[in-house]
Amino acid sequence: MSDYVIKGQTGDWEVVIGLEIHAQVTSNAKLFSGAATAFGAEPNTQVSLVDAAMPGMLPVPNRECIRQAVRTGMAIDAQINRFSRFDRKNYFYADLPQGYQISQLYHPIVGEGEITVLVDEKDENSAKTIGVERIHLEQDAGKLMHDQHPTMSYVDLNRCGVALMEIVSKPDMRSPAEAGAYIRKLRSILRYVGSCDGNMEEGSMRADVNVSVRRPGEEFGTRTETKNVNSVRFVQQVIEYEAKRQVAAIEAGEEVVQETRLFNPDKGVTKPLRSKEDAHDYRYFPDPDLLPVELEDEFLAECRASLPELPDAKRKRYEDLGISVYNAAVLTAEVENARWFDRLLDAGADAVAASNWANSVLPGLLNAKEVAFDDPRNTPEVSAEILAMVDKGEISKGQAKEVFEYYLDSGDSPAKIVEDKGLKQTSDTGAIEAKVDEVLAANADKVQQYKDGKQALFGFFVGQTMKAMQGKANPQVVNQILRAKLDE
Amino acid sequence: MSVTQEQVRHIANLARIEMSEEETERLLPELNKILGWVEQLGEVDTDGVEPLTAVIDQQLRFRDDEVTDGDIRDKVLENAPDAQHGFFAVPKVIE
Amino acid sequence: MSLTDKTIAELRDGFRAGDFSAREIAEEFNAAVDAADALNAYLVKTPELALEAAEAADKARGSDSLKPLSGIPLGMKDLFATEGVLTSAGSKMLGNFLPPYESTVSANLKAAGAGMLGKLNMDEFAMGSSNETCAHGPVISPWRREGSNAAITPGGSSGGSASAVSARIAPGATGTDTGGSIRQPAAFTGICGIKPTYGRCSRWGIVSFASSLDQAGPMARTVRDCAIMLEAMCGFDPKDSTSLDVEVPQWEAGLSSDLKGKKVGIPREYRIDGTPGEINALWDQGVEWLRDAGAEPVEISLPHSKYALPTYYIIAPAEASSNLARYDGVRYGLREVVEGGGLHDMYKATRAEGFGDEVKRRIMIGTYVLSAGFYDAYFTKAQKVRALIKQDFRKAFEQCDMILTPTAPSAAFALGEKSDDPIAMYLNDVFAVPASLAGLPAMSVPGGVNGDGLPLGLHLIGNELDEQTVLNAGLAIEERAPSIELPKKWW
Ligand SMILES: [Mg+2]
Ligand SMILES: [Zn+2]
Repeated sequence: MSDYVIKGQTGDWEVVIGLEIHAQVTSNAKLFSGAATAFGAEPNTQVSLVDAAMPGMLPVPNRECIRQAVRTGMAIDAQINRFSRFDRKNYFYADLPQGYQISQLYHPIVGEGEITVLVDEKDENSAKTIGVERIHLEQDAGKLMHDQHPTMSYVDLNRCGVALMEIVSKPDMRSPAEAGAYIRKLRSILRYVGSCDGNMEEGSMRADVNVSVRRPGEEFGTRTETKNVNSVRFVQQVIEYEAKRQVAAIEAGEEVVQETRLFNPDKGVTKPLRSKEDAHDYRYFPDPDLLPVELEDEFLAECRASLPELPDAKRKRYEDLGISVYNAAVLTAEVENARWFDRLLDAGADAVAASNWANSVLPGLLNAKEVAFDDPRNTPEVSAEILAMVDKGEISKGQAKEVFEYYLDSGDSPAKIVEDKGLKQTSDTGAIEAKVDEVLAANADKVQQYKDGKQALFGFFVGQTMKAMQGKANPQVVNQILRAKLDE
Repeated sequence: MSVTQEQVRHIANLARIEMSEEETERLLPELNKILGWVEQLGEVDTDGVEPLTAVIDQQLRFRDDEVTDGDIRDKVLENAPDAQHGFFAVPKVIE
Repeated sequence: MSLTDKTIAELRDGFRAGDFSAREIAEEFNAAVDAADALNAYLVKTPELALEAAEAADKARGSDSLKPLSGIPLGMKDLFATEGVLTSAGSKMLGNFLPPYESTVSANLKAAGAGMLGKLNMDEFAMGSSNETCAHGPVISPWRREGSNAAITPGGSSGGSASAVSARIAPGATGTDTGGSIRQPAAFTGICGIKPTYGRCSRWGIVSFASSLDQAGPMARTVRDCAIMLEAMCGFDPKDSTSLDVEVPQWEAGLSSDLKGKKVGIPREYRIDGTPGEINALWDQGVEWLRDAGAEPVEISLPHSKYALPTYYIIAPAEASSNLARYDGVRYGLREVVEGGGLHDMYKATRAEGFGDEVKRRIMIGTYVLSAGFYDAYFTKAQKVRALIKQDFRKAFEQCDMILTPTAPSAAFALGEKSDDPIAMYLNDVFAVPASLAGLPAMSVPGGVNGDGLPLGLHLIGNELDEQTVLNAGLAIEERAPSIELPKKWW
């Protein structure tokens, strides 16, 4: 379906992409210890004796981390494995105190699922379903700092043992755009579920990018894995770079080596991480300190019951309310926006008008006043009140903007602003009719021209009437009366 | 199966234990003797047997998601061969 | 009779009756410990901790705050982390390690009022059967062959504990048992030792050897003393995911040597070629003693017994190779830096220098059996055989209430006698290992002495959580076996 191709010297190539996303589970404490997970603490202050792998220390799993992985699995319609187990992945590194990472290789907690993305969010026909192979839980490693000392590296174990979900996709993506759409959609789902804050700058989501190339329709080629890529843009750069590099290599008669690579964002290139001879042999085996994880019905039922309305369902509901495909997609992408918008609807706003307001009007107004969307002043109730006045014809759409700006400045209620500023427009037909009569009488020549066919003059009469009403007339009523009088 | 000198070196590297040629040579027959001895397990018919991973019939218990630990940097660092500025210090990684 | 000759129960009761003070007990033991350096049983002496607990006991005497082990000083195997007290696991790797924490088991004993005499020597990281793999030199048994002054092993890995209890420089001591490390040394030194059901004693704070097998237990002179200590050591610990959330029975109160209605299983596969006649004779004698106590002997079959030892020597080293990866010179313990080298050079140098030969050998085996291409052939196969061994016991316990075997295939041997043949050394645990693989409670009690005057043990295996039957059968043997005279002081 994707028309993304790499033009090689020998013809077109297709790129095959799989993503392993490491998402930090939202929890107070670590996966196997009672130490805190908060970001940005002083080095080694969020470290328990378990995290530091002191002799004789033992892991005890955090229920919330298990729960969040299960809820995430449910959100992507995945198979939830009632029986799973933790395994040890053995290797030596200074950020890994135990000498092994507790992970899940043989029996992950979540099996196959899927995520449907809109590659182009304006186009419903661009939907594509990407398979998810599995989700497993594992420990994060600590942090190494290489630039603090000429010959030493410094080790901070604060992150060590923080719970990660590794979400492994199938090799179903065929373009950087699809990969980007997948990450954005996954991030959106995680944030709806509340299992990960999706904050890529703080490292809450990192991607391992698996890339290979092939002639369209042929067998998969050899893939490379570029580790720890921390933005959508970088992921896309990696794919583009790797696809071109691999095509060039194959066309030059070389072989693509299955290897781990690192991305250099400054140069936009990937480099091999270690040589093949030193390839790791992780010696996975079931962690003998931990019994198998067996999930009970009650636990699973609670996980399911606690799931919120998810982005796809919400988008569908919005579209059913008459909201455009694009607006529905934009409104549901970020969970905060969607929740805000739901409150706007709950406050009685008309769905279509509200979607235009929320998507096209409000962002500009907030921007101009340098007010953040999550500013406490920006309540959906205030917007609902203003939209209701528009709906009733009490103020015009233009005045609605004005009212909102005054509101941000003063904090006064929209009703008070309209009152104080005398913005309230009238729908009093008697008053408007009187002014219309005055305007038509004063411009008899133009009335004649209009009647002779110069229809464009209609706007002139509207303008004059509005002016006479000092802008406070409901334009719809003005239109109605003018039409009646001019076309009679 | 028997292990080669090369494999012994490889395993020692995986286990991060420095070994002289002399040591790997000394270990080679020992390891082969032990491995040859444990290979008698091959006689046992284990078709359809689930590998035992937990010896007691028990369900895994969970902890609550509460911060109950940490904030003990001094204890964490007090046995460190080298600690600087609140960090563990290690020789730089040479890739 | 000196206080150091008394059992834990006698010390407890005498102290409570006011026959002597806790301070007197502690002082006599402290002095005996000081006089026994030749045994190399204690790596660290903590007379002040023994006295501190004694003082508290003397104050509490006659009040409600008296605790089950008030007045009793104990020896602690060096595998238990003790806060602020050197904990080396018998290894150069941890030669300077002062834990900022206390293991659950040692904390339980402390909370029960016990004092600590010091840390007891052991095979390095509990890997060994003769206490010769210790970085601090071997432990010497107080026992000697009749007419010989040759140094004898107390067995291992809890050799320091065994030596200390049989030399009466501790009335009781903690041990740990991964594949016989409580029971074999108990048998070698003429004392009692019990490994409870896996999960009874918390593993938190015990330096890990093989997590799925490690279990702590008491070593003491009598079955009653073991029951007393075991009650204090066991208990649910939320910090250990494999800890059993079950009540701790009152084993001492439940002691009874009346075995009427009980069946004792005699596994036919334990008649192993080459076992010395004196071992088999003692075993037959043990059956008679239990019959005399009212039990009915039944022949049972544990068909996979023969494979227990090789299974163990895959699983235990595999787990150990991973458990010992944390000794890397970064956060505690030894660090060896290579001039001009990087992180990985430091790892290799540190681990080469810090670990002894036996530990290296097991890490190598363990690394190999887990490595790519060999995992299924070795490790998965061993796990499957382990399942069959567990199943053998399950079936056996449908026919009997306890199982009787010899503890070890021989009496204690001289230091150096088996140290250059790893497999010959491993065979020491041939009778002990199956119960470890199945997580079952098992105990060694003294049965008599061999032709050289060295002690021999009888081994009782119970069903899951049925320590009481094991202790009761042990008591029945203890009452009937000729009383073993502990070695006269030569040290
Ligand atoms: Mg990966
Ligand atoms: Zn991962």
